[in-house]
Amino acid sequence: MSRNLPKKIVLIAFFAVVCAIVLVPFYAIALGSFKPGKELVRNGLNLSFDLSVMSFDNFSFLFTGDHSYFTWFFNSVLLTVVQVALTLFVSSFVAYGFAAYEFKGKNFLFICVLLIMMVPFEILLLPLYKLTYDLGLMNSYSAIILPGLANAATVFFFRQYLRSIPNEIITAGRVDGASEYGIYFRLILPVMKPAFAAMGILNGMNSWNNLLWPFMVLSDENKYTLPIGLKTLLTPYGNNYDLLIVGSFFSILPIFALFVAFQKYFIDGMTAGSVKG
Amino acid sequence: MVKRFLYSQKVAPYVFVLPFILVFLLFWVYPLGSSVGMSFQKITLGQSASWVGFANYAKLMGDGIFLKAVMNSVVYMVLTIVILVPFPMLFAVLINSKWMWAREFFKSAFFLPALTSVVVAGTIFRLMFGEMDTSLINSFLGLFGIEPIKFLKGQTTGFIALLALATWRWTGVNMLYFLSGLKNIPEDYYEAASIDGASSFQKFTRITVPMLKPTTIYVITISIYAGLAMFIESMMLWNGNNSPKNIGLTIVGYLYRQGIEKSDMGYAASVGIVLLVVAMAINLAQLAFTGMFKKED
Repeated sequence: MSRNLPKKIVLIAFFAVVCAIVLVPFYAIALGSFKPGKELVRNGLNLSFDLSVMSFDNFSFLFTGDHSYFTWFFNSVLLTVVQVALTLFVSSFVAYGFAAYEFKGKNFLFICVLLIMMVPFEILLLPLYKLTYDLGLMNSYSAIILPGLANAATVFFFRQYLRSIPNEIITAGRVDGASEYGIYFRLILPVMKPAFAAMGILNGMNSWNNLLWPFMVLSDENKYTLPIGLKTLLTPYGNNYDLLIVGSFFSILPIFALFVAFQKYFIDGMTAGSVKG
Repeated sequence: MVKRFLYSQKVAPYVFVLPFILVFLLFWVYPLGSSVGMSFQKITLGQSASWVGFANYAKLMGDGIFLKAVMNSVVYMVLTIVILVPFPMLFAVLINSKWMWAREFFKSAFFLPALTSVVVAGTIFRLMFGEMDTSLINSFLGLFGIEPIKFLKGQTTGFIALLALATWRWTGVNMLYFLSGLKNIPEDYYEAASIDGASSFQKFTRITVPMLKPTTIYVITISIYAGLAMFIESMMLWNGNNSPKNIGLTIVGYLYRQGIEKSDMGYAASVGIVLLVVAMAINLAQLAFTGMFKKED
């Protein structure tokens, strides 16, 4: 036992140092949220714990000031919830089709799913922008939700997950006289809960943090999501830093809280893509 | 009658996959096709387009700023792979070792940066890498007597900031990928190697690294994709798409600049097509080189 003690100490010391480096930026922004914006523009973000410049002013401005922060915050919550719910439902519906049946064209369609996962979404930005403009969907949440409805990575994960569910469930359902859709809704959906949790979290994180595409299609300030709103605070003049830093700090908190509560699902969701099928 | 048709076992699978087919056609095939078409046109939003043949592509080849953007994206991609494959792999192996304490704590702590949005992380890093002597990185370097550096004004130092941001956000995630890969290595392999008198280092190079190959391929594949398509990180770090002398300009940044900021959609579309071809080529080459196709039968 004691022979291994030095190894343990070296390991722990090493990870403690790396961990401290990883956490420094969080500590810095937490400190920064108590400092006036002017101070941040003048001195940058640092670790000085100077009580003479620190106060709760930013927080009281965040909660009582005249700005749209909480409009953006609730837009983000709403968009994330709707987007995740729809994406999970549609993707699982599609995945069930791939997992439960043999049909003509199945392999070709599944290759299309894989292909989507390999094409950078960014190259479609302009034609999608043009399409959104032509369809009259500019400045609407539909423009953000629709393209991701049958999310390829989510379909892929659900299909892998469904393959581990015994076929007898489906056969038994048919014997009991359930329709093809009844089997999906009443027998399959309930057993997919863990997969929903993992993909819900992965999609939720992406949706909550999504910037580029929403930034391109939304122009009405009252429809902005939190990342867009925060980005607009970054003017070249640096006059919004009071709200920017405290708002950035505050935007991390809900997702941290969710992470602490559902840690296992977060990690499952993040590593789901690497599971070989 | 219609109901019986839709509910038959032959038709049901198509009903199930129909949403995918619709989304695929409307939001992937059509835009991709129109992107190819647009790249051969001179086009402005709301106006009629004209065909210009390969003019956009010819212009691209002589466009120094575009070549700079390609260079930046490729260098960024290569460097993120060089950093974000070996270190997370090593961390995963160390954290998995039997001498490790508080595994779950460290795993969670390393994962936290992945939860922040690029907007927030980019803002934090921009201010940490500020050019004043009081900003975090410069004040740290000052402890060693190093003069304050204007990180975001120079090519190399700007890339250091960019890579620091990527490393901070993705080390924990890649580590988790490698940890899940490690779970698939049978314990007996290590026991057998121990009996043969293999050292820890030999076990790492002869068993762990080869057995982690599928995970490594996966991590490299997503890094190629993410590296070549990087844009927002640069945009946040330089507070806009205009870094000094384009030191932070990426392919997608150039696509955005031409298509959205300058409304030259045809030219921007050709940038997108080049990105698509480069991404596909590198990915397929990587998969062929690592023997991925042989394994899938």
